[in-house]
This record gives sequence, structure tokens and C-alpha cells, in this order.
Amino acid sequence: MATRQTQSLARLMRAPAIILLLIWMVVPLGMTLYYSFLNYNLLNPAVTSWAGWFNYQYFVTDPAFMAAIVNTLVLVLGVLAITVIGGIAIALLIDKPIWGQGIVRILIISPFFVMPPVAALIWKNMIMHPSYGVFADIARFLGLQPVDWFAQYPLTSIVIIVAWQWLPFATLILLTALQSLDGEQMEAAEMDGAGSVSRFIHLTLPHMARAITVVILIQTIFLLGIYAEILVTTNGGPGNASTNLTYLIYRAARLNFDIGGAAAGGIIAVILANLVAIFLMRAVGKNLD
Amino acid sequence: MARASSTRSKIGYTIAAWAVALTLFFPILYTIITSLKTEQEAISGFSLIPSFTWSSFEAVQTQNDYWKPFTNSVILAVGSTILALIVAIPAAWAMAFSPTKHTKNILMWMLSTKMMPAVAVLVPIYLIFLRTGLMDTRIGLTVMLMLINLPIVVWMLYTYFREIPGEILEAARMDGAGLRDEILYVLTPMAIPGIASTMLLNVILAWNEAFWTIQLTTTNAAPLSAFIASFSSPQGLFWAKLSAASVMAIAPILIMGWFSQKQLVRGLTFGAVK
Repeated sequence: MATRQTQSLARLMRAPAIILLLIWMVVPLGMTLYYSFLNYNLLNPAVTSWAGWFNYQYFVTDPAFMAAIVNTLVLVLGVLAITVIGGIAIALLIDKPIWGQGIVRILIISPFFVMPPVAALIWKNMIMHPSYGVFADIARFLGLQPVDWFAQYPLTSIVIIVAWQWLPFATLILLTALQSLDGEQMEAAEMDGAGSVSRFIHLTLPHMARAITVVILIQTIFLLGIYAEILVTTNGGPGNASTNLTYLIYRAARLNFDIGGAAAGGIIAVILANLVAIFLMRAVGKNLD
Repeated sequence: MARASSTRSKIGYTIAAWAVALTLFFPILYTIITSLKTEQEAISGFSLIPSFTWSSFEAVQTQNDYWKPFTNSVILAVGSTILALIVAIPAAWAMAFSPTKHTKNILMWMLSTKMMPAVAVLVPIYLIFLRTGLMDTRIGLTVMLMLINLPIVVWMLYTYFREIPGEILEAARMDGAGLRDEILYVLTPMAIPGIASTMLLNVILAWNEAFWTIQLTTTNAAPLSAFIASFSSPQGLFWAKLSAASVMAIAPILIMGWFSQKQLVRGLTFGAVK
């Protein structure tokens, strides 16, 4: 009796969260899908009509689309490479007995808490500015020509900024995994004469494999959505040189007022994100059992 | 002999670790230093010693109406967090203490909503906000931030609640505690640390959100993330002032972040790494 009462109470307690998320997921996504089949421009809403697959065709055959896909891949893979390799190295380093470990950890984790527009502006003005930035100061000190980062290497510059923001996250997760490593097993391997490289490859790396997977998948989800860093630094330019898929869709919706085209782009973004999500859900789902 | 070499290696590791840490922290440090310079100093070459003037901080507050976006940031971050907790605590509680065979699927589905790229629903959300008058209002943005963080909040609370041992409840029941006593005196005190951690992480995430805040605000409801993003086009705000505005925007959350390293790992990996 009591259990049936508890059961219905539990259902009542779960309902608001489930209903809210259901609405949040179904309604906007359904609208995006609907708009993606319309000729609908906010500048001329009177001529709205059914478009069939035209928006998808138009969006996909636009040369900016291929550029955006390539840029998205470069951005995601570039940042992942830097943060995972750098994160493993830094985690191994600060896991060692050192003086001031607490402060070192705080300094390293800090960039993660800097909001994206501030991070981008700090790098744009303080560090990479061709006349007043620290990199320019260093170049002049060495007698070199300062580099105009955002004009000459726009995508690389954004990769550097985003990697700086996410390196702390990777380091922190990997350090957490590293600290749960069995010390006795390590000592036993050392006694048996295993070198530090072989201990790293055969013990440490397999132990961290799961954390590395989680870092890669979670970062990918966030990295596919990089937006503010591009808006504040390059506006996607020069040309399309630093436009990713998110920024391309934003531009279609907000600057070209092309609702149909932006919606078709949105659906394509959902499909791409889902491919990643499936793997993430499997990795996380295992932990639930 | 062995001790000497271990001290030497400790010195080596310490130097290397501090070098890495200071390099990563340098952009923030240099921004703090620049915020204490005059505009003239800020653009006259590399220097780590400012003249310690507060003029940039004063200028930002008077010329740029800094406290309005700051207030908006506080209201949005705290408001969306409280809303999310009101919805999420009962849900996580029910799933942790009366799980059904669907609980796991519900949790996985909630996680999947977090995977939806924001830009995919930019068009409908933007149009809904335009047509319903929610554009550039705090209430509209508060609800948005609550929705995008709700899955993380439910998940994090669930992982904390699940760690509360069921035997304690049984013991309380044996002692004759009713449902009300159970919740009030047994479960709530054990759940509070988890709720506090969840709150901390969610405030950080909401404070730093920079896609919807930029899309859905112009002046009235713009929080710091949208306010700072508007400086991408130069408008009389120079190096020292930009630094001062940046320092004020990140300082509160930076300090909160230092205290939430553990929660961060758990919250952002959905409990997959603890």
C-alpha cells in the first residue's frame, strides 16, 4: 500500500523535470525541422512558401559550407590534440610531489572559469595584438617582425585560445583519474624492473583510458558549439577562414535573416552532434550499471 | 644518497610545474596587471609593474554603466540556478530513492537533450522570443539558462543522492520515523552538501554562458558575457579599461571556481569520472 503511494508520489516528483525537458526538446526542434522546408526570409516574410529540400541543397552546395565543415574539424581536432596530450603531460607533472601543489592547481585550472568573450578579448588585445600584444613585444625583442595573428592565422589563433580554455578541464579530469591509480601496483612494476616509459604505457595509460575517452567526447560536444570566441575575434573571417558550422548558421539566421537556410543548417548540426553523442552516451551509460 | 636525489627531483618537478602553471595563468595575470595601469602605460610596451591606479576601474563603472550588466549576471545566474533546483531536486530525489525500470532510460534521455547543439534551435527560439516579447528580458533568459543546465543539475543531484545509503532510512523507520521525519531529519542533512555543490557549478556555468546571452539580449537584460562581447568593436574602451572590465567580470567566478574543482569534475562528466 505504502509502496503504491510512494510510487505515485515519485511519479509526481519526476514529472515537472521530464515535461519541461520534453517540451524543450520537441517544440524548438520540431519548429526548426518545419522551417527548414520553407522559403522564409525575415526581410521579406510575405513571400514565405514551401521549399521542399531546396534549403538543404542550397546550404550544402554553398562553398562556405565545405569551408565551415573543414574549419569545424580543424578546430575540434586541433583543440583535442593539444588538450589531451598537454593534459596528460601536465597531470603527470603535478601528480608528482612538488612544493605548492595547491597553488599550482589553482593557477592551472583558472582559464576554465574565464567566460568565452573575456578569454577571446584578453588574447586578442593583450597577447596577440600586432602592435600592443605580448607576442609582438617578444617578436620585437628578438628582432623579428610581429605577426598579425588574426589576419594571417585566424583559425590557428582561435585554436590557441580555445585550447587555453579547455586545457585546464582535460588536466583536471585526467589528474582525478591518475590519483585513483593503484600505488602498490606501480611499486610492484617498478620492483620488477619496469622502466618509467613502460610503466606509463602498460599501467598508467590503460588506467586513464576511460577518462581520456570522456574528455574527448565531452569536449567535442562543447567544441562543436564554439561561437563567442569567433564573434569577438575574427567574425568568421577573413572571408570564411575561421567560420565554423555554428557561426555559419548564426550568420544565415541573424545577419542574412534566412530562416529556412539557417534551420536546414541547424538540422545538419544536430545530425553531426548526434554522431558524437551516441558514443558519449555509451561511455557514460556503462557507469550507471 | 637516495634522499638527496629525491629532493633534487622534487626541486626539478616543482620548477617545471610552476613554469607550466605560470604560463597558463599568464594571460589572466597580465590582464590584472594591465587593469592597474594608466592607458598610456598599457600601450607602451611590455611591463609587469603597473602604477597601481584604480582609475580604469572607476572609469568602467561610471562611463560604461558597469553595474547594470553585473546585476543582470547575478540575477540570471542565481535565478536560473534556483529555478533549476526547484525542478531538479524532486526529480533526482525520486529517481535515486524510488527507482523504476525506466529510471536509467530517463536519465540517459535527459543527458541526450544536453547534446543538442544550441545553434540548431537558434531560429525557433529567436522567433519565439521576438513574437512573445521575451526578447531582452531577464525572465526569458533566466528560463533559457535554466533549461540548458537542467540536465546537468538533475544528473549531478542524482549521483549525490544515490550515495546516501538506504540502510539509514531503514534504521530510521525501525526507530518509528514517519515519511516527514525521514525527509526532514535524515535525508535533508545528508543531501545538503550535494545540493550546495550542484548550485555552485550551475552558477558558474550560467555566469559564463555566452551563446544565448548574446543572441537574446541587447541592452536591458544583457549580462556581463554579452556586455563584454560588445567590446569586440572598439568604442573608446582602451586596454586598461578593457582589462578592468574583464577582471571585474571574471573575479567572482574565478574565486568560486577554485573552491569547486571536485564538483566540476563530477558535474561536467555526468558522474563518469569522480
